[in-house]
Amino acid sequence: MEIIITLIKAAITFGTVIMYGSVGEILTEKSGNLNLGVPGTMYMGGIASLASAFFYERACESSGVAPSTALLILIPFLSAFLFAAFGGLIYSFLTITLRANQNVTGLTLTIFGAGLANFFGGSLNKLAGGVGQISVSQTSRAFSASLFSFLPLPDILMRTLFNYGFLVYLAIVVAVAAHFFLNKTNAGLNLRAVGENPATADAAGVNVTRHKYLATCIGTGISGLGGLFYTLDYIGGTWANDGRIETLGWLAVALVIFATWKPLRSLWSSYLFGLLYWVPQLSQNIKRRPQSLFMMLPYVVTILVLIFVSLRKKKENQPPESLGLAYFREER
Amino acid sequence: MENPVVNDYAVRMLNITKTFGTTVANKNVSLDIKKGEILSLLGENGSGKTTLMNMLSGIYFPDSGSILVDGKSAHIRSPKDAHDLKIGMIHQHFKLVDVFTAAENAKLGMRASLKSARAEIKKICERYHFSVDPDKKVYEMSVSEKQTLEIVKALYRGADVLILDEPTAVLTPQETDALFDVMREMKKDGKSIVIITHKLNEVLAISDRVAILRKGEFVGEIETEKADVQTLSDMMVGRSVSLNIDRPEVKDKSVRLVVKNLSVKDNLGVLRLDDVAFTAYSGEILGIAGITGSGQKELLEAIAGLIPTASGSSMIYIDPRTGKEEDLKKYDAEQIRALGISLAFVPEDRLGMGLVGSMNIPDNMLLRSYKEGKFGLVDQKKPLDLAKKVVSELDVVAPNLNTPVRKLSGGNVQKVLVGRELASSPSLMMAAYAVRGLDINTSYAIYRLLNERKLNGGAVIYVGEDLDVLLELCDRILVLCGGRVSGIVDGRTAKKEQVGLMMTGSQCESAETEAAN
Repeated sequence: MEIIITLIKAAITFGTVIMYGSVGEILTEKSGNLNLGVPGTMYMGGIASLASAFFYERACESSGVAPSTALLILIPFLSAFLFAAFGGLIYSFLTITLRANQNVTGLTLTIFGAGLANFFGGSLNKLAGGVGQISVSQTSRAFSASLFSFLPLPDILMRTLFNYGFLVYLAIVVAVAAHFFLNKTNAGLNLRAVGENPATADAAGVNVTRHKYLATCIGTGISGLGGLFYTLDYIGGTWANDGRIETLGWLAVALVIFATWKPLRSLWSSYLFGLLYWVPQLSQNIKRRPQSLFMMLPYVVTILVLIFVSLRKKKENQPPESLGLAYFREER
Repeated sequence: MENPVVNDYAVRMLNITKTFGTTVANKNVSLDIKKGEILSLLGENGSGKTTLMNMLSGIYFPDSGSILVDGKSAHIRSPKDAHDLKIGMIHQHFKLVDVFTAAENAKLGMRASLKSARAEIKKICERYHFSVDPDKKVYEMSVSEKQTLEIVKALYRGADVLILDEPTAVLTPQETDALFDVMREMKKDGKSIVIITHKLNEVLAISDRVAILRKGEFVGEIETEKADVQTLSDMMVGRSVSLNIDRPEVKDKSVRLVVKNLSVKDNLGVLRLDDVAFTAYSGEILGIAGITGSGQKELLEAIAGLIPTASGSSMIYIDPRTGKEEDLKKYDAEQIRALGISLAFVPEDRLGMGLVGSMNIPDNMLLRSYKEGKFGLVDQKKPLDLAKKVVSELDVVAPNLNTPVRKLSGGNVQKVLVGRELASSPSLMMAAYAVRGLDINTSYAIYRLLNERKLNGGAVIYVGEDLDVLLELCDRILVLCGGRVSGIVDGRTAKKEQVGLMMTGSQCESAETEAAN
C-alpha cells in the first residue's frame, strides 16, 4: 500500500516537472521551432527562482521585515518565467531572425542553461556559507503549502491527490488552457498554421515572425516553471547539482512526441513518465545495471509510440510540417 | 450617375524593377489591370510573371517603381497589406495547410468564427456553383478540389483583384472549363482577374487582353480579339516561331517492348491497371492519353520496375544491343535502367520526383551517374559537362550552375529533369507530362528532343495531357480509361473527338463495366 502511495506521489511530482516542460515545448513546436533547449530553460527557471527567493528572504531578514507570502510566491514565480523566457528569446533571435540551425541552437541552450544554473547555484551556496547550505525555507514552505488542506476527504485521497503545492494544479490548468488556446481560438489556429506552413500563414496575413517569437518565449517560460517547481517545491528550496533537472527536461522533449503534440495527451502521459522515471529508484535492492535498464523505459515507450504513429500515418498525429525549418518570405 | 473622372484601373504598376542578387527578375515593367477584365499575363518560363504578381500580393517588395490601387498610391509590404487592398492571389503551389479543414484555411489570419466562415463558404459556393465541403481536410482533397478551395478562399477574403498563377497546369480539360465559367461569372461581378498561363488556346478562350513579358521586361499588350496563337507566341519569344510539330517517318521499326496482361494493384488492393497489352516499337512515339489518374503513372512505374505487378503480367523487352529478350519482371529498377530504359516523370508538384531541390544542377545530373566513378569516388567532370550542355541547349534560366534547383522557376526545374533523362540516350524513353507548365518555346524544344530520340532508333512512350499535341506528335496513341486500354489509334488519322470519347465516353464505360465484372 505504502509503495503505491509513494509511486502515485512520485508520478505526480515528477509528472508536474515534465508537464511544464512538455506543454511549453508543445507551444513552441507548434510554431515550427524545435527547441532542444528545454532542459536548459528549466535550469534557468530553477536558478532564477532560487536566486530571487534567496535575495528576497535575505533582504527581509536584514531589514527586519516579515516577508509577505504573496511576494514570496510572486517574485520567484516571475523570475523563473521571465528568465526562462529570456532563454527562449536568445533561441528565437538566433533561429528566427538570424535563421540559425534549430537543433544546434537548442542543444547549445541546454548546455548554456545547465552551466549557468550550476555556476550560480555554486555561488549562492558560497554566499549562504558553504556547499549545500543554501535554503529558502520560507519560500519553499509557501510553494509547497497544500492548496486543498481544508477538504474533508479520507486520508488516503488527501495524501495521494490533494497534498501538493499550487504549482501541481497550475500545471493541469496550463495544459488545459494550452489545449483550448490551440484548438479553439483564432490565435491558436494562426499559430498552428505558422508551424505547419509558414508561407501559407504569411500569405493569409498572419505575422509569422511575431507568432514564432511569442510562442517560443512563452513556451520556454512555461518550461521554466518546471525548474521552479523542482527547485522550490520538490527539493525544498536548495540547489542540487545532480543533473536531475536535465534528465526530466529530456523526458519532457520526448514526451512531446509521445503526446503527438497535444497538450491534453501530455497531461496524463506526463504522470506516466513521472511514474516510469521513479520506478528504477523505487527499490534500493535493484542492482545498478538493471536500474539503468529501467531508466530507459520512458524512452523505449516513446520509440514505440513513434513506430506506432508512423505506421498509422494519421496526418493529425504528425509533427508540425515545417518543424525545424526557418522561414524567409522571399525564398522560393 | 457615372462619375466623369471615374477610375477605370483596378491596379496600375508603374516602372517596376525587382532584382534578386544579380538576377534582374523585372526591369522597368508597367502594367495596368482594368476593372472587370480578365487579363492574361504571358511569357516564357522565368520571364518574371510570377515575380511581378508577387509584388502585388505582398510576397516581394519592388526595388523601384510604384503601384496604384484604385487610383491611390499603395505600398504593399506584406500579404496582409495586399489583403487590405482586396488583392488576392492563388499561387502555383497552393497556400493551404494540409491538416486544416477548408473552413479553417479560409478564415486563417482573420477574426471570424468558424461558424460564420462555414456559412459564408456555403454562400459563395451557391453563388458560383462550387462544391466545397467546409469540414473536409485539405490532405483529403484532390488537386482540383484544392484549387477550388483556393478560389473560394480568395472570394471569402473579399478579393476584388484576383491573380491566378498557372491555375490550369494541373487541371483536366473539364475542370479547366468549369474554372473558366467561374472566372466569367466573377468578371460579371466587376472583379478583375489576372491569369498566368502558358496555354495559348486558354489565353484566347478566356481573356480580354493579353500582356506579354520577355526576360523580365514588358514587351507589349494586345486585345485578345486581335490575337491568335501565332502572334502571341511570336511576341512571347521575340521572333517568329514555327508552330508545327514534326512527325518524321521512320522506316525500319523493330519491336522494343511487348506488354501483355499487365495488372497492377495499389497498397489498398485496388486494381489500378487491368490487363493492359501493347507493343512499343523503336523509331516510334507511342502516346498515352487518358484522364489524369487512369493508370498512366502506374503503367510507366511498372515498366520502370518501381512498383510490383500482379502475377501473370508479362513485360518482354528486346535489348537492341544484344537482341536478347529480357523479362523485365526479373529485374529491379536499377537493372532496368542499365538495360536502357529511362523514365522522366514530371509530377504535379514538379520537384517530387527525380530531382533534389537543395542540390545544384551538376549534382542533380550526378544522381544518374554516381555509380560510374572509380574506386568509390564520384566523377564530377561528366555531370558538370552534361549540366552545361542541358543549360545551353534547353535555355535553362539560372543565375549560375551552383544555384540549388528549388530556387529555379518551375519550368526550368523541369528542363533540367527532362534534359538529364534524354542525355543517357535510352533505348526506351518514357516521359510523362514532360511539358507540364512549360512555355511554348521550351515545349517545342522538348518535342524536338523526343523526335531526335525516335530518329536515333529509340522507342518513346509519351504520356501527355494536351490531346492536340498528342495527335500531332505521336505515331500511335494508346488510350487508357480507368486502368484499361480502351483502344490504340493511329496518330495520323485519329480525330480528337474520337480519342476524347475513348477517354470518357461509351467505349470507356464499357471497359469499366467489364472491369467491374
